[in-house]
Amino acid sequence: MPSSRKPFPFHIIVFLAPAVIIYTLFMIYPLLDSLRLSMFTADAGGQEVFVGLQNYQRLFTDPLWQPRILGALRNNFVFFGIHMLVQNPLALFLATLLSSRFIRGRTIYRSLIFTPSVLSIVLIAFIWRLILSPIFGKALFAPLGITLPPLLGEPATALPTLGLISVWQWVGVPMMLFVAALIGIPDELVEASRVDGATGWDVFWRIKLPLILPTVGIVGVLTFVGNFNAFDLIYTSQTALANPAFATDLLGTLFYRTFFGFQLQLGSPTMGATVAGVMFLIILLGVMIYLFTWQRRLLKNAVEM
Amino acid sequence: MARARTPLGSTLQLVAAHAALLIYTVIALVPIVLIVLNSFKTRNAIFRTPYAFPDSDTFSLVGYETVFSRGSFPQYFANSVIVTVGALLLIFIAGTMAAHALAEYKFPGNGVMGLYLALGIMVPIRLGTVSILRLVVNLKLVDTLTALILVYTAMGLPLAVFVLSQFMRQIPRDLKDAARVDGASEYRVYWMTLPLIRPALGTVMVFNMIPIWNDLWFPLILAPSDANKTVTLGAQTFLGQFVNDYNAVLSSLTLSALPVVILYILFSRQLIRGLTSGAVK
Repeated sequence: MPSSRKPFPFHIIVFLAPAVIIYTLFMIYPLLDSLRLSMFTADAGGQEVFVGLQNYQRLFTDPLWQPRILGALRNNFVFFGIHMLVQNPLALFLATLLSSRFIRGRTIYRSLIFTPSVLSIVLIAFIWRLILSPIFGKALFAPLGITLPPLLGEPATALPTLGLISVWQWVGVPMMLFVAALIGIPDELVEASRVDGATGWDVFWRIKLPLILPTVGIVGVLTFVGNFNAFDLIYTSQTALANPAFATDLLGTLFYRTFFGFQLQLGSPTMGATVAGVMFLIILLGVMIYLFTWQRRLLKNAVEM
Repeated sequence: MARARTPLGSTLQLVAAHAALLIYTVIALVPIVLIVLNSFKTRNAIFRTPYAFPDSDTFSLVGYETVFSRGSFPQYFANSVIVTVGALLLIFIAGTMAAHALAEYKFPGNGVMGLYLALGIMVPIRLGTVSILRLVVNLKLVDTLTALILVYTAMGLPLAVFVLSQFMRQIPRDLKDAARVDGASEYRVYWMTLPLIRPALGTVMVFNMIPIWNDLWFPLILAPSDANKTVTLGAQTFLGQFVNDYNAVLSSLTLSALPVVILYILFSRQLIRGLTSGAVK
């Protein structure tokens, strides 16, 4: 090691400095400062005073805030549930087909199915609003004999519809990760079980799925973090008010409204930071659960095997 | 019948598999194709024959004329290019330098530093927005493209450093040690390794490019004025204003999607290789 002679060589500091400075200043410091701000409130004179966890208490008990935060939480879990139940199984299904050596043109299918994922959520939101709109939508669906209900306008259907639009956009990402994992399975394993008389179905459940569990976990945690951070789709399609009547409100849109204000309510940086604090805790909890249950079990299994 | 033994090997299963893939490919593409197709048609044709290709009777560029006369899309494109290229350049410089330090040198705190820089992979930078806005105001960078570049650099660095340092660890030491024997400085050694990490670099750059180009949140909050709007925010505002002008809506959607789709066609191999080589694990 050329660097082990000196206690701390200057060139290492030079190499690390740009990344550490930008990352610390624009990511770590704001995250910590935002958590600090969530424990302050502005008094009558505009001075920020420390109030401990009162903002969090207010968010969850105040009659004005409580329905909003609980509604956003509920909607966010529904949104996440739709992705876990539709997006990830669909991605796994497509990936299973696309990882087969017998399918010709699988790279073309792969690239085409991935296309919506490279477009901005803003475009996706407008494209689907247009397709589901009463005017253009009618022109599109009438020739097919379908009468389109106002899916994005009804409280009961708006959130599931937006969830499926999001699934439509993002299914390519978990699909790619599953393809990579499935391709990585040694052929001999599959061949051996086939010789033992296993059907394709058996091979999938007993051999392939257990082997790609690490990827299943990663896809799960990526879905979780992405969904509890979602904003663009609801904001673009349903405005910051999460129409109809907050039926599509997610934590991201609640955060935006709380921070910037809307209509008659003034924006509040400290309450905004409090909503961000709740999001941070939820995401942290999700990542922890993944690390300490899923990964640990996988590690244990790996040791036993 | 050996169908169960060689699934997908039999014709019937092969056909079923292709049918499933084809159906899903159509579902994935039809909405986008419909938008592009109808953006070149007259208003009447859009509603009367939405599935037809434009012909000599129905072809019209009226939507594009509205977009170019009423919107500032060339300006928005320029802003998006500046922000994306600027951030990618900074991610490249700062990211390769930090990755080199982590991969090449044993120093106290190497592991901790790697972990510290990796924290941002899982924690969304948006959660710090309240304080990012305050910081940007204090630095007198509010409503500038510089603010966006710095925030996106911070956002992209964690994954870049993580992937690049993994990759750099696999570079053979002989080459670098030989250079050192010849009297090359550590900076020169770093410079020498850059061409060797080109495959990983492509993946990292493509991975960062898409979320930066497509982001709505930070342009909305940090640089919302018309002079500094990126394409994503500009399209969002324009579409909101012209929501009933179908020609303009369809044309602006097509125009905004075009550069990303072209880049995707050019770089899709790199992107897909990155996703499927497990670079994001």
